[in-house]
This record gives sequence, C-alpha cells and structure tokens, in this order.
Amino acid sequence: MADYKEFLDSIDRKAYHEGEIEWTEGEYTVTRTTHWSPPGCHNGCGVLLYTKDGKLEKVEGDPLNSVASGKLCMRCLAMPEAVNHPDRLKYPLRRVGERGENTWERISWDEAYDEITEKVLNIKKEFGSESIVVVHGTGRNIGWQVPYFASACMETPNVSTFGFNGFACYLPRMIGTTAKFGDMCLVDASQAHEDRYANEDWERPEVVVIWGNEPIKSNADAFLGHWLVLCHQMGTKIVSVDPRLTWWGVRADYWLPIRPGTDAVLAMAMLNVITTEDLIDHDFVELWCYGYEALVERVADKTPEWAAEVCGVNSEDIRGAARLIANAKNCAIQWGLAFEQQIAALGVTEAVADIMAITGNIDNPGGNMLARCAFLIEKRYGLGDHLIDPEVYARKLIPSVSGINESQIVSCADSDSILYAMETGEPYSVQMFWIQSSNALSCPGMDAPRVYQAMRKIPFVVVVDPFMTPTAVACADIVLPAAMSCERNSVRTWWTPVRSMKKVSEYYEARSDEQIVLDLGKRIKPENWPWETDEDFCTWYLTDQCAPNGTLYDKDFKTLVEQGGTEYWDWDATYRKYEKGMLRPDGSVGFNTPTGRVELWSYGFDSWGVDPLPFHIEPPESPVSTPKTYESFPLILSGGGRSFEFFHSEHRQLPSMREFHPDPLIMVHPDDAKTYNVSNDTWVWVENSRGARFKQKVLVTEQTKPGVVHAEHGWWFPEQEGAEPNLFGTFTSNLNNMTEAYRTGQGGIGSAIKSMLCKIYPVHEGDILPGDVVATKGTFHEYAPGQPYPLIEE
Amino acid sequence: MKGILINYEYCTGCHSCEVACKKQLGLAKGEFGIKLTETGPFKYETGDEAGKWEWFFLPVLTKACDMCEDRVTKGKMPMCVQHCQAWCMYHGEVEDLVKKMDGNTRFALLTR
Repeated sequence: MADYKEFLDSIDRKAYHEGEIEWTEGEYTVTRTTHWSPPGCHNGCGVLLYTKDGKLEKVEGDPLNSVASGKLCMRCLAMPEAVNHPDRLKYPLRRVGERGENTWERISWDEAYDEITEKVLNIKKEFGSESIVVVHGTGRNIGWQVPYFASACMETPNVSTFGFNGFACYLPRMIGTTAKFGDMCLVDASQAHEDRYANEDWERPEVVVIWGNEPIKSNADAFLGHWLVLCHQMGTKIVSVDPRLTWWGVRADYWLPIRPGTDAVLAMAMLNVITTEDLIDHDFVELWCYGYEALVERVADKTPEWAAEVCGVNSEDIRGAARLIANAKNCAIQWGLAFEQQIAALGVTEAVADIMAITGNIDNPGGNMLARCAFLIEKRYGLGDHLIDPEVYARKLIPSVSGINESQIVSCADSDSILYAMETGEPYSVQMFWIQSSNALSCPGMDAPRVYQAMRKIPFVVVVDPFMTPTAVACADIVLPAAMSCERNSVRTWWTPVRSMKKVSEYYEARSDEQIVLDLGKRIKPENWPWETDEDFCTWYLTDQCAPNGTLYDKDFKTLVEQGGTEYWDWDATYRKYEKGMLRPDGSVGFNTPTGRVELWSYGFDSWGVDPLPFHIEPPESPVSTPKTYESFPLILSGGGRSFEFFHSEHRQLPSMREFHPDPLIMVHPDDAKTYNVSNDTWVWVENSRGARFKQKVLVTEQTKPGVVHAEHGWWFPEQEGAEPNLFGTFTSNLNNMTEAYRTGQGGIGSAIKSMLCKIYPVHEGDILPGDVVATKGTFHEYAPGQPYPLIEE
Repeated sequence: MKGILINYEYCTGCHSCEVACKKQLGLAKGEFGIKLTETGPFKYETGDEAGKWEWFFLPVLTKACDMCEDRVTKGKMPMCVQHCQAWCMYHGEVEDLVKKMDGNTRFALLTR
C-alpha cells in the first residue's frame, strides 16, 4: 500500500528545486507552473515545463505540487506533440471559396480584428446584440474569459456550450445540490488540504460509491479519479453503479449493472431500504434536514424487488449496497455524467443527494464536502451580465415554459432555444456565432447533422481554436489561432487551490484566449476593458470580478506565479461548515437554503415546477417505453464513456494517443457478438429506427452487460480529408447522428443520450457513409424546423 | 541491485508509465521501455473464486529500460514511478522493496 507521508519524505526536494519557479537543467530551462488547456481536461495539475530555445520539449509532473503529486496522465506527458504539431494553426485565416471547401487565405491579426469589429458593430446596430451567440467548449480554459467576453464585448446574454440539450453536462447536479444543500458538493478525497492524505482532520471514506462514471478516465468536475485509487489502497470499499464493468466494479463489494437510464429507480430503492430499516443518521436528519416524512412516503413502495425488475439487478444486492452505504462511518458518492444524460436527470440527482443527506454524509471528513471556488474566485457564467442592457438581457434564448430559467439559477442560454432560433428565426434570427474552443459538430452537437444544417446558415461565424476542426471547415468565415496552455498567462479556480499558468513559449502568431478577448474587447467596447495586459486581466479575475467587495483574494497574478502557481483556501478545508455559521450570508448556522436545512422536499425544485421529491421517467426509447421498436432494435445504446487517450474531441492529432487508441471502439458483450455475428476489429454500423447510423470498431468484452452496447464519443479524423462531404470524417463515427434535439426531462433538464435503442451489423465496402447522406439529404430523417422528431412509438 | 516494485493490485492501466518512458528514452511507435499487460476481464466459474471478477494490469520492463539511471543519480524518480497515477510503483534496492510486499495484495518485483 502506498503511504503518502513516506512518499513526501522520500522526495529529494533539492533535485526538484523546491521553492524555485525557473531554473536551468543542462540545455533546458525548466518552469514550475500548472497546466489546464488547450489541450487538456477539467483539471489543473502541477507541471514542470522543459523548454529549449523557446520551444516546449518535454513535460514532467511536479511531485511538490499537491494537486496531482507529480503524477501525470498520458495526454499531458505527450503535450509537446500537441504544442509542436505541424497541423496547428499558425496565422489568422479568412475563408476563400464556399463554406466547407476548406480553402483559406492568411490574414493579419489587424485585418481579422478589423473585419470582426465592423461586422459585430453592424450586427449590433441592425439586429441587436442578442443575435450574436457565443459558444465555448467544456474543460478548455475559457470558462470565465468567454462569458465575460460575451457580456462585456458582444453584449449578448446568449453564451452556451451549444449543441447538447437539456444542459446535460454537470449543470443538473450543480443546480440540484445548490437547491437542496445550498451549495455544491464533491467527494472529499483530501483535495482541499495542501498536506492531503496526511492532514489530521481528514479521514478516508469507509465507502465510495462510483455512480455513472469512470473517474480514472474522465477526471470530470475538477476531480482526479486516481485520488480514489489511493483511498482504495487505504481500505475504502467500493460500490459501483454502472452498466459497464469498470476497474471499480471488479474491485467492488457490490457492482450494480443497471439498465441505462434507470438510476433513479435504484436510488429510490436504496432510500427505501435505508428508511424502512431505520439506518438513517438520526441526529443529522432531525437537526439539519427538512421534509423527511415526505421523502419516506415517496419511497415507501419503492422496494428493492420493484427496482430489481426495472433496473435488471438483484434485489439482495440493492439491499446489501444500501446497508453498506448507510452503516459506514462515512461514505462519499462520486457521481457522474450519466446522471444528466438521462431524461430523469433531476429525479436521480434528488434521490442520490438524499442518500448522502439521510446517512449524514454531508460536509463530514471523507464524505461529500460542500465546496466553493477558492477565495470566492468563482464567477463564470454571468460574469459581466450587468454590463448588458436589461432589455437585451431579457431576450436571452431560454425556454418560455421553464421555471428553472425564470429563477435565473442558470446563467447560460439554452441549446434547444438557440437551435430553435436558428431553425425558425424566432423569436429572432441568429446573425453570428463566436465559437471559442468548441468543436460543436464533432462533440456536443445533438443531433450532429441537424446542428450542421443550422450552423452553416448563420451569416457570420468566427472560430478560435488551435487546430482546424470540422466545425471551422463547415461554417467559419474567420479562424483565429489559439495559443496552448504553455503559451498563456492565465488563472483559474474550480474548487481549490487557485492556480496560475505562466507563459513559457510561443507558436507563430497564435494568441491566448485572454489576449484575443482583451484585444477585441478594447476595439469593440473599450470602456469594459480597462486592462493593459493579459496579466492585468488575470489579476482582475483573481481579485475583483465585478463583485461588490471583490473576491477574498488580494494577490496579483505575478505574486501567485512566483509562489509556485497554487494557493489553498481554508474555507474548503473546514468540515461541518453548517455548524459553524459559514454557509449562510447572515452568518447563522445551517445551510444556505430557504429552510436553513438540507431540503429532502425541495422548495427550489418546487419553485421551478419540478417534482420536489425523487422521481423516475422511463427513457423515451427503451424496452419498456417502446417495446415494439425494441423488437427490431434490440440493443440499448449507451455512449460517451471516456478513454485515457482523449478529452472529448481533443487529442486525435497526437501520434502517441492514436498509437494506443487508433479507432473508435464500441463495446459488445460476447453473447451479443455471437448473436450478431461480429468479432473484435469488425467495423459495425450502429443504426436506430429513424435510419440514422454511425460506425465504430467492435471490442468484444465483458465490460458491458448483455443487451447493452457502449460507443465512444468525440471522434473525428484529422488525418482525413477536411473538405465536405467528409469534414475530417466527423459524421462517420458520430453517436450524435442518433441523438435528438428538443426532447428533455422535467424543467428542460436532462437528455436521453445514454439510453437509446439500436441494432448493429457489419460494415461492407462501398456502404454509403453518413457524411454522404448529410451532403445529399441534409439529415437522416425529415424534420419540421423547431420541432422534435415524431415519437418513434406512442 | 535496483528494482521496480509494482503493487499491481492497484494498477489502473492508465498508460502513464508507458508514455513517460517512451518520452524519456525517445522511443518510436511500437517500442516500449515498460509495457502494460492485461488479464481479463473474466468471471471465474470454478474454484474458490467462483462468481468473482478478475481484471488487472501489470507493466513489465523491456530491454530498453535503464531504470532511468541518469535521473536517479540526480535524485529524481524514474519517469514511470514518478508519473504512476495509481500510486502502485516503487523504485529502490530490491532488498528494501521486498519488505513492502504485504502478503495481502499482489506485487511483482521487476529488475533488469
């Protein structure tokens, strides 16, 4: 077993230049900093960057940085392959010829900025600034820069991770816990303490439930999954809830391979066991919870036997897992994307949050810690919203029927509402897309062909990215080359610590996201952009953020860089904050909710028009809801599982990643492989009842259960032809050929991405490719603008 | 004699050791200084383990491995050990490493 204290003692601190920021090693200059993106992920690990003659040559983890303790993933170790890649965009480009032809001319930054400025000012004048939509991708280090740019330069409320509907990525869990707990929560793997696992207040979780994600591959939500591997070494027991057999499932006391999209059923059955067997934390429920009786009533008939039939798992395993969770001294639940990539998103969020609450596992050591971003450096969406004319802001593209949007808890625009405006021109037409670090066609776009048809009609599109992407080829008029992480001065939080990134190299004319928004902001709306340099802009983000009294941080960018690039915040490291008056604005004890308690019956949910207690909705396509379709499409298609090699649609250019993972893989259980006559390395078509299909290569494995196939997401092929109809093969292997716009769960939240129905059959030479279907027919199935596809079965 | 001890019960197969090593040694596509092996997943139908799953990874050293002699001389960890995300690799004198084997979890001691 690894011993963290022993590890700390064993490091030769002189060899790793403790206390230094920059030094020389042979022919290299070494810089101690942190890395985020691009290319990257959701995390910000400590790195040592080795440069020679201004060029990044190698990357090592920094063993003296507590975030990752010097451990690095394969993508970061191969970062020089990305930074020095011959396909990188070197100069600003203007399209010549038609969209989709992939022909460009080099222009100067001034020419690019002049043209953009002129177009933006015209659009604002003629159509109103709300007709500009600002799009960004997840994970990329643009989470505060781009929203501020949308507000303070473009003056539009329409900023979005456009393409996936139902806010089906993390947001449902964020707003769900904010409503019920008053704050967001995450697994306490000691990450709030700089001395980590050696911290005296921290305790290892007795049980960790890994629910609907594979954290060692996804590292989502600023959480490094490998932190839990160390907890497991220290003795943490595992419960795995996943249709897939993961690393965790093999090592779990209970693996519950539920049918995709039935998580809420399982969670309610666990609540049934915990309440009927009186396994609750009485003190916590009596002192700190509201609505326990209502919850008990809601789950009274949700027995493990009822759930077993719906979920396809053993009722005694449900009981056993629930008892293990409830009887543990402390239990943390690592929940994932599967929560919102189902139609019952808010229902399952409520149910699992309730499991945390009634077992007393909120803000306890080794439980589910309540977290805020370090020093309240946390504004992202909504940053600078007050700079938008209120009348313009009122025209934000949101569904008219959702109380969630009326409550203003969600600052970003709604993807379906944007697509609706693009398809129908109502309530107004979209005149411009500013896309900064998003490959909307290859990754989030649901459904991809339909999003493509809508995007190519937009009069003016600018894409900012390090590489030419299918999205840029399909619709961009101007493409701006983005700098990579090591070429940026930048800052971030996302929980703790606050981190800075120091620029160590340059690549041709590529500019950082900070520099680009600052340059254009100064041209278009100078009064909102008073900063001279990117470093000044970062200092403002660290300390001010337009908050009434600023943040709780008072050091500037340079100081943070010089102290090694990280600083931890005591608040996050404090347990049971609700007992200490740390959560509510008035300083009283309790949680920051209307009742001051954890709301098992939630006023927030109720005000949104969403069921205030846990609920389940069957997926729109499933053996239960569409049994006739199921006869012809007898496999459940789940998708979007992560691999070590890629972050979403990134890293496909890197030789090392493709060496390990050359092709998109679909997992097929050995029983199904036999039934459908496919074997390892067979390319198969995956097709739904609307005739939409994509192809991936078969991996026959018991990692998926019989009757469920699991496909990868985010694939495009930078090595292929970029021009239409191929577009770097973006439609070829794209699961989003089959997903649907305009079909979401309660409150417009949640989307059934991980629970569709399909059939599989081998690919034959000469088969028509999805890109050819898109080029000739537009999409796989006719649709009315602004309307969902008809239900496949009433 | 120096060796690398792997507590492979906990290896996650993340490939960090392989890539860290390839970068250190400058190895071409298809070449490795340390290489993962994978066993499973399969479910036992016989024996004492019946009903249980097996799935583990074990990295092994190739002839190209030089135990990062240069780095170690300077006080640094070998690249694979430093970057192992699963905290399951140790470097040192073999007689010290064997003392870490706990009899409960699976270990492999690798030498050149």
